[in-house]
Amino acid sequence: MTDNELIWRIAGGSGDGIDSTSQNFAKALMRSGLHVFTHRHYPSRIRGGHTYVEVRAKDEPVQSRGDGYNFLLALGDSFARNPQEEAYYGKEELKPLYENFDDLREGGVLLYDEGLLDEEDVEEIELEEAAEENGWHVVPMDLRGIAKEHGREIMRNTAGIGATAAILDIDTAEFEQLIEQNMSGDMQEANLNVLHDAYEAAADLDIDHDIEVPDNSHDEEQVILSGSNAISYGALDEGCRFISGYPMTPWTDVFTIMSQHLPEFGGISEQVEDEIAAAALALGASHAGVKAMSGSSGGGFALMSEPLGLAEMTETPIVLVEAMRAGPSTGMPTKPEQADLEHVLYTSQGDSARVVFAPANIRECYTQTRSAFRIAYEYQIPAIVVYDQKIQGELRNLPASHFDEEPNADPGSVLTEEEIQEAAHHPSGKFQRFLHEPEDGSNVSPRSVPGQKDGRYLATGNEHNPSGHISEDPENRIAQMERRLNKLDDIRADLDENAGHQTYYGPEDADHGILVWGSQQDTAFEAVDRLNENGHSVKALGVSDMMPYPVEEVSEWLESVDEALVVEMNATAQFRGLTQKELGKYGEKLSSLLKYNGNPFEPAEIVDGFESSIDGEELAASNMKFVPAAGD
Amino acid sequence: MSAFSAIGDEREIDRDEFTPGIEPQATWCPGCGDFGVLKALKQAMPEVGRNPDEVALFTGIGCSGKLNSYFNSYGFHTIHGRSLPVARAAKLANPELEVIAAGGDGDGYGIGGNHLIHTARENHDMTYIVFNNEIFGLTKGQTSPTSPKGHKSKTQPHGSAKSPIRPLSQSLNAGATYIARTAAVNPNQAKEIIAEAIEHDGFAHIDFLTQCPTWNKDAKHYVPYTDVQQSDDYDFDLSDRAEAAEMMRQTEEKLYEGEVLTGRMYVEDARPSYGQEKRQIGEMPEEPLAERYFDEDAEWERTYDNLLEHHK
Repeated sequence: MTDNELIWRIAGGSGDGIDSTSQNFAKALMRSGLHVFTHRHYPSRIRGGHTYVEVRAKDEPVQSRGDGYNFLLALGDSFARNPQEEAYYGKEELKPLYENFDDLREGGVLLYDEGLLDEEDVEEIELEEAAEENGWHVVPMDLRGIAKEHGREIMRNTAGIGATAAILDIDTAEFEQLIEQNMSGDMQEANLNVLHDAYEAAADLDIDHDIEVPDNSHDEEQVILSGSNAISYGALDEGCRFISGYPMTPWTDVFTIMSQHLPEFGGISEQVEDEIAAAALALGASHAGVKAMSGSSGGGFALMSEPLGLAEMTETPIVLVEAMRAGPSTGMPTKPEQADLEHVLYTSQGDSARVVFAPANIRECYTQTRSAFRIAYEYQIPAIVVYDQKIQGELRNLPASHFDEEPNADPGSVLTEEEIQEAAHHPSGKFQRFLHEPEDGSNVSPRSVPGQKDGRYLATGNEHNPSGHISEDPENRIAQMERRLNKLDDIRADLDENAGHQTYYGPEDADHGILVWGSQQDTAFEAVDRLNENGHSVKALGVSDMMPYPVEEVSEWLESVDEALVVEMNATAQFRGLTQKELGKYGEKLSSLLKYNGNPFEPAEIVDGFESSIDGEELAASNMKFVPAAGD
Repeated sequence: MSAFSAIGDEREIDRDEFTPGIEPQATWCPGCGDFGVLKALKQAMPEVGRNPDEVALFTGIGCSGKLNSYFNSYGFHTIHGRSLPVARAAKLANPELEVIAAGGDGDGYGIGGNHLIHTARENHDMTYIVFNNEIFGLTKGQTSPTSPKGHKSKTQPHGSAKSPIRPLSQSLNAGATYIARTAAVNPNQAKEIIAEAIEHDGFAHIDFLTQCPTWNKDAKHYVPYTDVQQSDDYDFDLSDRAEAAEMMRQTEEKLYEGEVLTGRMYVEDARPSYGQEKRQIGEMPEEPLAERYFDEDAEWERTYDNLLEHHK
């Protein structure tokens, strides 16, 4: 069977250049006219351990990782310290070759570096037998030898690219250009030589296989970037010029990108002592009139709980991003999960008044981060963008025009000094910053900024009266609580009119539904296509607005299907729970497909999960869990 | 023209401007040392020439946190222990504001201790006043980080087994560039020290002894006091770290022996403030960042023009 898509996996140890090599490979394929998508998998360590990246390339937009892979470039882990099979982590050096054997598709190509991996060891893992059984084309090459002949051992990865290009019959021009752009001098020359030598050596082997890398060309200029890039660029285009943070995987990416660019954009980045301080600094900057953000991952975000509540109570706008990783506690730092939903929705004491968006892909990371800033500053409320390790690091191409947008640095509901003179003041001299009933009939009482004449007021985490003074008067309490919470209704109406954050997919009149949120959305969409090809009648809804929840949209969609499978990457069906809480019904219509082993869904897994759910069969795969609808 | 016309408004300032037009009833007990901080702070403001709309006062939680209910300026009553990180970001966002932070000994030396170390280390140009009453007052008299060893309270029924924290020494080691101790019983010195601290270009830490007559010592426990600058018994170079460290050691130890030493403990004028350091390395704009949002002619960069090339 001919594969008309390429799923190329490069596997090695951390430190073998797997990440950068895969980025260049993906970019070169994009430049050659293909659509690309990358899936990263790496351990939480600086050196060694099995790291891989898959680059999936097709002649049409790619929205998900694929099912398995059809080309493995196994470099072996050159940092492995423990070659023993009985060792705690197994035979480390060989892991990148054998650990995910099973996922290599029938007829696939397996290229490995025999310069590093010992022949006897390879025999022991019974590669030959497995290859015969699955029709794999095994290609041992001395990549290390080629690399060392011209330069350093690390250039094994360049050799791997050269050999891949020869085996797949891909023109090396784009790879050469990238080497020329990214390197100079001896380094550039050595890499070019390694690329060419490996190409020649592999071409001589004349491997016969069934992978056909398609030809394609783009109608418009493309860019390739990650979710972290898109979140950062959304923030910058919305006038964010202040970030404070503390390093934590996987949030560090956004923090790093912002810190690199803020100086040239006239902004400030602060690396601080902990995440409590990080969130508190964002609040302080915003209070003083600057559009500010902070962020973290699970454990660090937990420390932000109290400042987050302070932002709600003082109605200080801030944007926080939460990059989820597998929990609880330190969990699996470099593995994706969607298990912090309830955490970001409800953490901090008292009734929550916040906005939470969960973008599903790179495109949405940009637009929804912009929405988060706009809403936060207009409505004086904290807005959280919750995403995960999957979106954070995956690369995908999209038209450059998606980012061709005007910046918006409007600080939101802030008065000018002239307006402050006209505005209500308390006899004490304080500006009435927290009016029970703001003049325009909305629930947003505009603020002043320190330094503005006659704008002084008290912001406090205590319940307070209109001028900010501490008050425990019951009537004032009700008025302020209602105004703060009612902002969520105003925001819902605003989003319904302006945002369109929910994504509908598949035939409108389908009988079955797949309900999904965040990073699993586009994988579910690919599964919907296959299910319909298989003769099922399925559509999907991807929800991004976690709070305020799009009650009307989701209700209407659920009314239109017989039943719906909720697909999410956690063990306790948090989004399904949220949906039932918000809608107050449909419990008997919603079942769950859950995965929490540290790897995101593959499309085929959702297909299997859906089919066994409607057939009432037990789920064959042990890496997922099915939870039936209430009453079933 | 600045969007913040209160800033740099060169006019005569009257200390009464810092008293709210209608004064809320104080929640402090009669004889509380906190009144002394409030009074000294109000008196210092005309001396430093700052008006209420250009002063931003950040407080924590506790009796000290009520300070900005009675002090007429922009105020932010934050959460327990976190006044410093909120305050220092406001200073970075708009360096032309006069930023003052205040809190109690539990707030600043206990729950917020890490922030104090790092804010001092970074030498932000701001003033931090710690109301040190050696007790948790608002929660009704529990042992605090500055309570003496052996201090008995409902939460330490057998007497605290911990030695008290050394706030001055700790601040010196962390990197503060102006460190002083004053007391509510010495209002003139307190006013002078607050004015000096505000005018100091760097992180100024004032350990302010505030008697808590309800749960701890009353005012008479803090008299007589010695101003180390006035006394012939103490002769040390304020700008010398080693001599300052020795002076602080004695000051901290003698407090628990019943001898109250006050005055300037360390002053370092040469070290640039954090804002100056950030500007020096190109990580902070020359003009106050906050101003840009209120300038209708400001041009805003676009990622499409500046950053997308790298992704093509």
